[in-house]
Amino acid sequence: MGEGTSLFEDAPEIDLSRGRLDLALVRLRMAWRTLRDGWAVFVESRIGVLSLAIIAIFALMAFSHPILMATVWTPDVYDPVTGYAFDRFEHPSPPDWRHPLGTDSLGRDILSQLLFSTKSEFILGITAALVTVGIATTVGAVAAYYGGLVDSLLMRLADLIIALPGISLLIVLSALFNLNLFYLALIIGVLGGFGGTAIILKSQALSIRVKPYIEAARAAGGGHFHVIFVHIIPNLLPLSLLYMMFTVTGAIFAEAVLSFLGLLDIRMSWGIMIHTANTGGYLLAGANYWWLIVPAGASITLLCSAFYLVGRALDEVVNPRLRRHDR
Amino acid sequence: MSSPDSGPLLAVDGLNKRFPIGGGLFRKPTDFIHAVDDVSFRMSAGESLGLVGESGCGKTTVGKLLVKLLEPTDGSITYRFATPAMDPHLAGPVETSNIRSRQLGAFRRQVQMIFQDPYESMNPRRTVYDTIAEPLVVQGIGHVQERLDRVSEILDLVGLTPAGTFLFRRPHELSGGQRQRVAIARALVIGPSFVVADEPTSMLDVSSRTAIMLLMQELAERLGIAYLYITHDLAVARYMCHRIAVMYLGKIVELADTEELLRNPLHPYTRALLSAVPSPDPTRRREPPDILGDLSLPVNPPQRCRFYDRCPLATDLCRREPHPPPEEKAPGHWVACHLA
Ligand SMILES: Nc1ncnc2c1ncn2[C@@H]1O[C@H](COP(=O)(O)OP(=O)(O)O)[C@@H](O)[C@H]1O
Ligand SMILES: [Mg+2]
Repeated sequence: MGEGTSLFEDAPEIDLSRGRLDLALVRLRMAWRTLRDGWAVFVESRIGVLSLAIIAIFALMAFSHPILMATVWTPDVYDPVTGYAFDRFEHPSPPDWRHPLGTDSLGRDILSQLLFSTKSEFILGITAALVTVGIATTVGAVAAYYGGLVDSLLMRLADLIIALPGISLLIVLSALFNLNLFYLALIIGVLGGFGGTAIILKSQALSIRVKPYIEAARAAGGGHFHVIFVHIIPNLLPLSLLYMMFTVTGAIFAEAVLSFLGLLDIRMSWGIMIHTANTGGYLLAGANYWWLIVPAGASITLLCSAFYLVGRALDEVVNPRLRRHDR
Repeated sequence: MSSPDSGPLLAVDGLNKRFPIGGGLFRKPTDFIHAVDDVSFRMSAGESLGLVGESGCGKTTVGKLLVKLLEPTDGSITYRFATPAMDPHLAGPVETSNIRSRQLGAFRRQVQMIFQDPYESMNPRRTVYDTIAEPLVVQGIGHVQERLDRVSEILDLVGLTPAGTFLFRRPHELSGGQRQRVAIARALVIGPSFVVADEPTSMLDVSSRTAIMLLMQELAERLGIAYLYITHDLAVARYMCHRIAVMYLGKIVELADTEELLRNPLHPYTRALLSAVPSPDPTRRREPPDILGDLSLPVNPPQRCRFYDRCPLATDLCRREPHPPPEEKAPGHWVACHLA
């Protein structure tokens, strides 16, 4: 029996056939495998794939605008904000081959506006989603792990934010400050991150926190930081990803509402396109001036739904209970 | 089967753990579960002690207190590690509740735990390598290649060979027995001198139980590790341990060398447990255990003997007197019963 023997003294020689394993490479390969397996589950959802395709089309639209401006569209006619269609005598004018979606009441090309705005919608949605999920994941993990006073304070804050009516609060804020797209994304992100999303991620973190592997990590000598960032947060990430999708939907929708009300300090967006139609008095006569409203309205609806539905399809990948057993 | 005599490695004195029930941030709890109630025992280096009792009697809580995953409400746990030269932080007696953060790492290198549920004690997203190397990583021992080598060696030691094929599997790609081998590897990888094994085979199918028990015993003997083996099965403890402590509702009611306890059980609860041990002869009819009712919950328990409500021998004395203190009836044979 042991007289201070080394643990490995009498262990046989090991010959790892792969030689020196490059740990980083192995991890990369495993991450790739996880992604591939997740994708296999995701593609089983037709709606998920369709929604992803819609998002991809919008992304192409966002990329196409600068290319079109640099090649076939002359800026003085096609600029989404300052352009003017000299070739028409009356504005708004219905679609034709030079202006596939017609012009607005100020003589600007609608298609150009639509494409130009797509990029902003993505930036807004993704920034808001990253901020929300970054905050919510950390807040949820910390609140669940420490419990007690920290938890109580963070959760009361979340309750407070949920109790505030979101859009109305944004209206007040935008009236008080000049909100541009970036600040709007930040505010939506912070409100979501400390609000409802934090509560959802915390309840998930609570179920992770009581797992024996958390205790095993503590017994191994892992500190609080190690447990939170190595064990709790990685297990939250799938759910975080899901809520990123829902946040994108919320952010784009909020932007549309605020722009429609003329409360945002931004040059062009889908919401502003509808706002312009409204201030010109064309909204109520929508049937005759459909090209002023339908492209922007349909884009908002489509992109919002697409992100939401991708989220729902991801739910199936992420949520093991909805998944076939053991893949 | 005698234990090596190098002085007590571990001394547990008057250990208590009470869990409050109810209560909240601004409300004082009024009720307590006495999960561990005035427990004392000693263990020597290289020795194995079985902790036996029904589910809910506080075995896991004792284990977690010993590895400092829980802090005692009262009482003390004192270790005396034999390798102070390797760890200057651990020279002399170490009382768990006095361990400061700088000592904690050194303590965790000496005292490890194997958890009951092999399905839940591994993070499902991490590989076998991540899980076993975790103690090395969080303690900053070695660099990547050294850790890889070390993890491969220990995988071999616990019988997961060839190591290369197991290193980067995730838990769902392992069987229950293989997972428990990984759990054993994780506990042994930093070379502890004491391990708490919390029912390591209770969640496994019968076929892998014996293999895991054999492995534990063999490794502990080979590496000179003392272990507390928690089980609800007296037959398992008999097989695995030098000595056995029988626990009932937070109290140790009897403690003796394995052979002595089995030959000469003094506490009525131990006798009941013994009669429940399956006999190797299938034709012999098993007698029903000679105890009344079910295990009750130790919420604010009355002062009298904890076993009173279920004891077939209970007398008036047992009702009036407080819970009997353990007495040494024979050398090394302790029992807590008025009637023994
Ligand atoms: N963290 C806890 N909070 C409250 N009660 C607990 C906690 N851990 C254990 N208990 C209670 O303490 C008692 C002993 O539990 P445990 O040590 O797990 O028993 P065993 O391992 O012998 O089955 C049980 O009644 C259990 O409900
Ligand atoms: Mg237990």
